[in-house]
Amino acid sequence: METVAEITPPRTHYLNATYGVKSWLLTTDHKRIALLYLASVTFFFFLGGLFAAGIRIELLTPQGDFVQAETYNRMFTMHGVVMIFLFLIPAIPAVLGNFLVPLMIGARDLAFPRINLLSWYIYTVGALFAVLAILFGGVDTGWTFYTPYSSTYSNGNVILTGLGVFVVGFSSILTGLNFIVTIHTMRAPGLTWFRLPLFIWAHYATSLIMILGTPVIAVTILLLALERLAHVGIFDPALGGDPVLFQHLFWFYSHPAVYIMVLPAMGVISELIANMSRKRIFGYKFVAFASLAIAAFGFLVWGHHMFVSTQSVYAGMVFSFLSYAVAIPSAVKVFNWTATLYKGSISYDTPMLYAFGFIGFFIIGGMTGLFLAALGVDVHVHDTYFVVAHFHYIMVGGTIMGYLGGLHYWWPKITGRLYSEAWARFAALVIFVGFNLTFFPQFLLGYMGMPRRYYAYPPEFQVLNVMSSAGASILGVGYLIPVIYLIWSMRYGPHAPANPWGAAGLEWRTSSPPPTLNFEQVPVVTWEAYEFGDPSENAESRMENRG
Amino acid sequence: MQVSMPFSPDQASSYSGQVDSLFAFLCVLTILFGTVITLLIIYFAIKYRRRHKDEIPGQVEGSMKLEVLWSVIPFLIAMGIFVWGANIYYTMYHAPSEALDIYVVAKQWMWKFQHLDGQREINELHVPLGRKVKITMTTEDVIHSFYVPAFRIKLDVVPGKYSTVWFEATKPGRYHLFCAEYCGTGHSRMIGWVEVMEASEYQAWLAGGAAEGSLASSGEKLFQQFACITCHRSDGQGRGPVLQGLFGKEVPLQNGGKVIADESYIRESILSPRAKVVAGFQPIMPTFQGQVSEEQLLQIVAYIKSIGAKAPGEAGVSNPNAPAPAMKPPSQ
Repeated sequence: METVAEITPPRTHYLNATYGVKSWLLTTDHKRIALLYLASVTFFFFLGGLFAAGIRIELLTPQGDFVQAETYNRMFTMHGVVMIFLFLIPAIPAVLGNFLVPLMIGARDLAFPRINLLSWYIYTVGALFAVLAILFGGVDTGWTFYTPYSSTYSNGNVILTGLGVFVVGFSSILTGLNFIVTIHTMRAPGLTWFRLPLFIWAHYATSLIMILGTPVIAVTILLLALERLAHVGIFDPALGGDPVLFQHLFWFYSHPAVYIMVLPAMGVISELIANMSRKRIFGYKFVAFASLAIAAFGFLVWGHHMFVSTQSVYAGMVFSFLSYAVAIPSAVKVFNWTATLYKGSISYDTPMLYAFGFIGFFIIGGMTGLFLAALGVDVHVHDTYFVVAHFHYIMVGGTIMGYLGGLHYWWPKITGRLYSEAWARFAALVIFVGFNLTFFPQFLLGYMGMPRRYYAYPPEFQVLNVMSSAGASILGVGYLIPVIYLIWSMRYGPHAPANPWGAAGLEWRTSSPPPTLNFEQVPVVTWEAYEFGDPSENAESRMENRG
Repeated sequence: MQVSMPFSPDQASSYSGQVDSLFAFLCVLTILFGTVITLLIIYFAIKYRRRHKDEIPGQVEGSMKLEVLWSVIPFLIAMGIFVWGANIYYTMYHAPSEALDIYVVAKQWMWKFQHLDGQREINELHVPLGRKVKITMTTEDVIHSFYVPAFRIKLDVVPGKYSTVWFEATKPGRYHLFCAEYCGTGHSRMIGWVEVMEASEYQAWLAGGAAEGSLASSGEKLFQQFACITCHRSDGQGRGPVLQGLFGKEVPLQNGGKVIADESYIRESILSPRAKVVAGFQPIMPTFQGQVSEEQLLQIVAYIKSIGAKAPGEAGVSNPNAPAPAMKPPSQ
């Protein structure tokens, strides 16, 4: 990042336009709502992290000694519930997406600003139910809530936790709806679909999944609650139900939910790679359509979570085949990102470090997905630490790297301040090292046969577990450092110019931080996405030259 | 090609080598792909590093040729992996008919095994070396999962139905048995050992136990105790179908459909007798749900299986057109 001396910040902007708690809690400004979300998801990220710390401490030794088995089971369940439903799913769309979708398309706000605020309140209410469930002792079913354990046997707060997930789902639906309508109707003049940044394409695809998938988890939780309260017999075999049906319903949402978590991160990475190397994304249309293909195919692969569930062998084969099909668009993205770097002007600033880290983790996470989609191999590694490692590479290595990369990249725009580049690079490195040390040994543990969700384990698994716990403590420190320097920068960081990276994109063509209505004048877009330099001046001549 | 991977558990079944080979192939592929991309990124990042702050590089448009190439080649490789993996999977869940039957009832938090000769074990399973073994499983409560890493097999055990998996142990020894599906507080205690024994040792072990007689004979006792025999008479004069020679046969149903008389069908017919009524019979059998335990059910299944094998030539349903005897209250 270039430190530019003596930047004069705009006199009024969205942060100082109005003051007071009420001006925040009743705001309809998408940028302020994004910050409300930022505070909420950050809180839940560290809450989920606390549970993870408990898990890693317990697993330092083979025998159960740090907590009781019951407590351990509650810890991994709450870790999963909090991280997935309260952090990973909302993180990028609700924070970065909320802040950036209108800015990137040259709009003054989202299409439904009040619904946007409502979605944050719904999220908060749902999250409160989850917090209450934790305070009342938590829940021990695993975040997957499999029946009949959850419906008949568990004595945890299944209903309360389920209610939390159910309610939070509506905030997801409303955010998706808002994005789709906004992207369709509020693009600036001249901003055609193929001039949109890939971040927008990714969020469009994500929104489709949010709208189409989330109602299914809502229905599933409702059925689970009915079963638990009234024993209606949908999942209970003694009453003629089928416990495996729950798994079908659950994964019909929860597999696409993986794409709700990772597609926005892919959108962020496309922005980072393009802008930090000042190159138009190689194969722009392929990357854009890959997002839609992933969203569509993502709905057809849920059964790959159920290869050993006693579902039909032939169903297993169909789901395996389709899982390989959905892997291709992801691979295409990686190839195009790599090719984008060719003949670029590559910066090593923090956001790019996160992008590099993302690609590395995503390769390992994605390739191990091929292991798990291979039926014969999945039978062995299913429900072992191999799976745990795989999805952490995708969700933590992918989504959180994308989230942190994006947060750093747009931080000057969001706050109008620059953070310490040296500290930021250092933290990125610590996170990269800590992450690998935490999760890579888990692949080995899984192949050796250590089942997941084990409170105590045979002694031969200890060395790798200790490595994993050591890595987790490094990772934890890595996540705390940015909190410190980012908060510090909000008060003491140098003022950011409108475009500190020399990036393309409408969000960099307004002041940092932007005014409440985003742009002084409605921008008119006559150039392609990722035109570097000053495209508004020389767009026409460029297009002529290109023929 | 059979390879052994570092960090792989013992290779103790006929699947171990196959699974490890595919796993090794995938590892090589991952390393290859990961190395190529990583080296390219490092090379580009150094060669095209930003030289001055206002540098704007020339633009390169995409390339249709490359896009097709890097979609089609990965797809073809993926299809190869798909077929390879599906092949192993298909074998695992299709037990050969000559396999030795072992019955499993899982519950929170233990594994209960019943052998054909009547031996019962908890959290210990003795199997012979070099013989195909078919495991038929069910659970008394929640879903569990039968996992023997050294055999590379795993299958969920689901309440309300039987699931089956088979293996052939290839190396004597003692191997971990884990429950792989989270099943509550004691999940990580739901572990045991599979002991693979040489054939002679196994015979000696078989001879050592089984005070109660064979599994089928226990089933036969239950068959009389629950008075099944009053309707399911072997002479074809009973109110229910003849069960001799039934096992494994196709049975015509009242509703016009057909069903193979396998373990699951027998179980279902005892617990929900009206679900699939045999053609020509009245739906008069009462349910035995709640009266008979999962273990007893398996014993009855073993009995019906044993009388099926004794009379292989006989039809499953001897006289479907015989008039049903006058309605009497069930003798239960």
